Amino acid sequence: MTTIFFWIIQLILVPALSPLGIGVIRKLKAKFQNRQGANIFQPYKDLWKLFHKDEVISTDASWIFRYAPFIVFAVTIVVGFSIPLLVSFISNTVTSDILVVVYMLSIGTFFLALAGMDTGSAFGGFGSSREMTIFALAEGGLIFSLLTLGLIIGTTNLFEISGTISSSYSQSFLPILLSFSGFFIVLLSETAHFPFDNPATHLELTMIHEAMILEYSGKRLALMEWASANKLLIFISLGANLFFPWGIAHSTDIKAILVSIIVFAVKLFIFYGAIAVIESSIAKFRFFRLPDLLMISFILNGIAIGLIL
Amino acid sequence: MIDSVASSIGFIVLLFFFGVGAMSVLIFRKDDKLANMWSSFFAIAGSIWGLFFAILTWASPNTIFFTVDSFAFPLLSIFFCIDKLSIFFIFVISLIALFCSIYGIGYVKHFYEKYSIGALGFFYNLFIIGMLLVVTAANGLFFLIAWEIMSVASYFLVVYDRNDRNNVNAGFLYLVMTHIGTVFIIFSFLLIYKFTGSFDFETIKSSVVVIPSSIKNIIFVMLIIGFGTKAGIVPFHIWLPSAHPAAPSHVSGLMSGVMIKTGVYMMIRFFLYILQPVPVWWGLVLLVIGSISSIIGVLYALTEHDIKRLLAYHSIENIGIILLGFGSALTFLSLNMPSLALLGFVAALFHTLNHATFKSLLFLSAGSVINETHTRNMEEYGGLIKYMPETAAFFLIGSMAISALPPFNGFFSEWLTFQSLFQGIAALDFSAKWIFIVSAGALAFTGGLALACFVKVFGVTFLARPRSQKVVHAKESLLSLRLGMGALAILSLLFGIFSGSITSVLEKVGHDIGVFRYTSSFLSISSNQHIVSGGNFASVSAPAIAVFLIAVFIIVLFATKYVVHKNQKIRMGATWDCGTDLTPRMEITATGFARSIITIFKGVLKPSIQHEIEYNDAESRYLPKSRTVTLNINDIYRIYLYEPLNKIFTILSERAKGIQIGNINVYILYIFMALFVALILMI
Repeated sequence: MTTIFFWIIQLILVPALSPLGIGVIRKLKAKFQNRQGANIFQPYKDLWKLFHKDEVISTDASWIFRYAPFIVFAVTIVVGFSIPLLVSFISNTVTSDILVVVYMLSIGTFFLALAGMDTGSAFGGFGSSREMTIFALAEGGLIFSLLTLGLIIGTTNLFEISGTISSSYSQSFLPILLSFSGFFIVLLSETAHFPFDNPATHLELTMIHEAMILEYSGKRLALMEWASANKLLIFISLGANLFFPWGIAHSTDIKAILVSIIVFAVKLFIFYGAIAVIESSIAKFRFFRLPDLLMISFILNGIAIGLIL
Repeated sequence: MIDSVASSIGFIVLLFFFGVGAMSVLIFRKDDKLANMWSSFFAIAGSIWGLFFAILTWASPNTIFFTVDSFAFPLLSIFFCIDKLSIFFIFVISLIALFCSIYGIGYVKHFYEKYSIGALGFFYNLFIIGMLLVVTAANGLFFLIAWEIMSVASYFLVVYDRNDRNNVNAGFLYLVMTHIGTVFIIFSFLLIYKFTGSFDFETIKSSVVVIPSSIKNIIFVMLIIGFGTKAGIVPFHIWLPSAHPAAPSHVSGLMSGVMIKTGVYMMIRFFLYILQPVPVWWGLVLLVIGSISSIIGVLYALTEHDIKRLLAYHSIENIGIILLGFGSALTFLSLNMPSLALLGFVAALFHTLNHATFKSLLFLSAGSVINETHTRNMEEYGGLIKYMPETAAFFLIGSMAISALPPFNGFFSEWLTFQSLFQGIAALDFSAKWIFIVSAGALAFTGGLALACFVKVFGVTFLARPRSQKVVHAKESLLSLRLGMGALAILSLLFGIFSGSITSVLEKVGHDIGVFRYTSSFLSISSNQHIVSGGNFASVSAPAIAVFLIAVFIIVLFATKYVVHKNQKIRMGATWDCGTDLTPRMEITATGFARSIITIFKGVLKPSIQHEIEYNDAESRYLPKSRTVTLNINDIYRIYLYEPLNKIFTILSERAKGIQIGNINVYILYIFMALFVALILMI
């Protein structure tokens, strides 16, 4: 019974919380800019508004464009379900493998990029091109950063990593730290944040993610925006629960779960805060400097794997 | 009945089908339609028989050995050995040949009255015979004959469309390269013969200990070059991107899907079976070759805008991935870790099967597109999904499978390959460990780049608006073409869903090979296709992923459509054009799409840009009349390997010219001297 309860939590927690995270980032950024900023619940209202709008679809678009938002969104739900959020004791051996999660996320990227090209606008095309360039280079860093943890523990199941990694922390401190730095770079790149992409811009010279979804409106735009918020929360949860697993509940004990909820909220706030600080304090990188950053991520992880005893 | 099929008779009947198809089609070569039907009938019937034979032979526990010897040649015995590894390859060949032949019925129609359909049918059937013989031959000399049948038949298929000068050149390059490879194979066979005194694979295997280790290493290098040329490993792959596009598409599907795998088959046969035990560095060398081939293959694929050349480069990439699995298997075996070796071996075989299905699917769908648009240049496509919706869907499935997206088959073999590399990282010591780390990194990057490449191919070919008038006249292909593609598309999904069962079948192939006979499996596979690697290191379940993704997709779709704001209005409108006219030139091109990746990898790809401007008034140099930009990619292996080699050979030939005086008396003297030397050597 409790297990079913936790599976339902797994299923709905990511889509339920992700807009809040976006709201927090926007609020913090507004504060940094000496603005009042919108309410942190504003993204929910935005989604609600978009869901109730009519839609315009390009005459050039095919079924790829029409169905991509559903695929992209569904992928984030499945991945959100497959990663440890509040508890580590439920076991999922079918979709919680590192490679399964990484390649399922690729399905979303694949259809997102195709949808960008489908309408034949100049923006969508180069958005897809840039997205795929960054994605291709981030892939190595992403797999290797999670693999570092997998090799330390001896399993690539995400729930088991989050359940047991804290015991290896003392002896493998350096590899975990290195791989986290690598992971954080990938996090920023995959979720379209500074210094890779500016989520708040529609300037053709700089936008990547926004360029791909430029032709969307109404419900489909809502799903795309929501999916991108989900993806951010997925990556942050991975970072928070795999690399800093303290607080995550190992049993159904009610006290442990309460602690885990509070600790998870604090960790999320720190991560979202960090992203807001980065977005407010540094400039977006020139596009051709980004590969250097992603290579650093890969090399850091390579070293981390080499350092595992 | 079953016993007689699963025996030598069954195999001879199999050869007979294709043999009769090849010979008899020549009788009907005057009538294109009849010749096409006739040769396709035998090819299809033969392929179905081949599948039948493979499945029935699988059930019988014994390896089939048989000889057809009625010749007076002492060294050449027509000796067949059909063990489980051969059966697996017979199965793959028959499977792909079946769907390529079905596709071929409709596809060759556009060659009617242009070229001889009889000749096509003849070489097509002969080509399949050649491949079947290669994977069953158990005698070195007989194998070489089979290898030549396969190579020469495929050469004639490559130059079939002979009115195009490029195809003839491609064929020539193919013929030269494949024979350079064969020379190395012959040399290594002769070396083996020198020590073991036999060309029979079984005899060589039993007396392999007499070969000194240094000679064995030389044999290894020569076999890598020989078989690697056929498999298309970097840098011996240069024939592949020109030969595969030149052939008719159903032949490209066979060549890329199956023929290059015969190179892999022979590597497995020699390194894992005949020449065992082998030193550790052989496996590590294969890992390095695999990493380089996969990265270089996918990078050059990204630069291509000829759709078939692009797919050919992806074959190089996938051969690299297969070698990553096989190389890790060989390494583990030499380090006495047979369970892990079996894992790598299964990964390699599984990827062989998967690559055969999705790559022939992609070649067939590309052929379907080319057939309608009459160009291979992707920059002239665009919007084809509206004109050819089914071809587009099949190509999409092929793209997802080759990009290793679950739940299609490519993902599961790459997953297994990753597992074997991960285990290498975890289990090995310093230097070997780093080679495994680099290989796993290469595989990870290859996955990402392949995804980028297939977004490019699919997006530029099928999406957005037509870029040229050629697209506008395109129609969906004929039924036979769609049947061939559709069946392969379904197989790509099924091989993914049933990855567990296939993996356990492939383990049986491994157990049939001597070195793995008593090896316990590293994987545990339950009946619901749930694969667990190494206790609880990693696990995957294809049906669960598929069901889960599809269920959530459907729920999201229905919830969005019918629950939230049901009576939403959808209006069709033009794409935002920034106030200008919406032209095809606003869409991204294949070249443009990959340009940023090319710039990032400019150290390897060496792109060059050439501007040419013609002015209205050459004096003032304002107002250009026309402007051309030529983007070019330089092949590093051509610059650093083939051109220097070419130079050396030219210099040597210049030197050799000195002895050609033109005086006939001198030539007679040469003959006399040669005879004299030969006589002295004899004594």
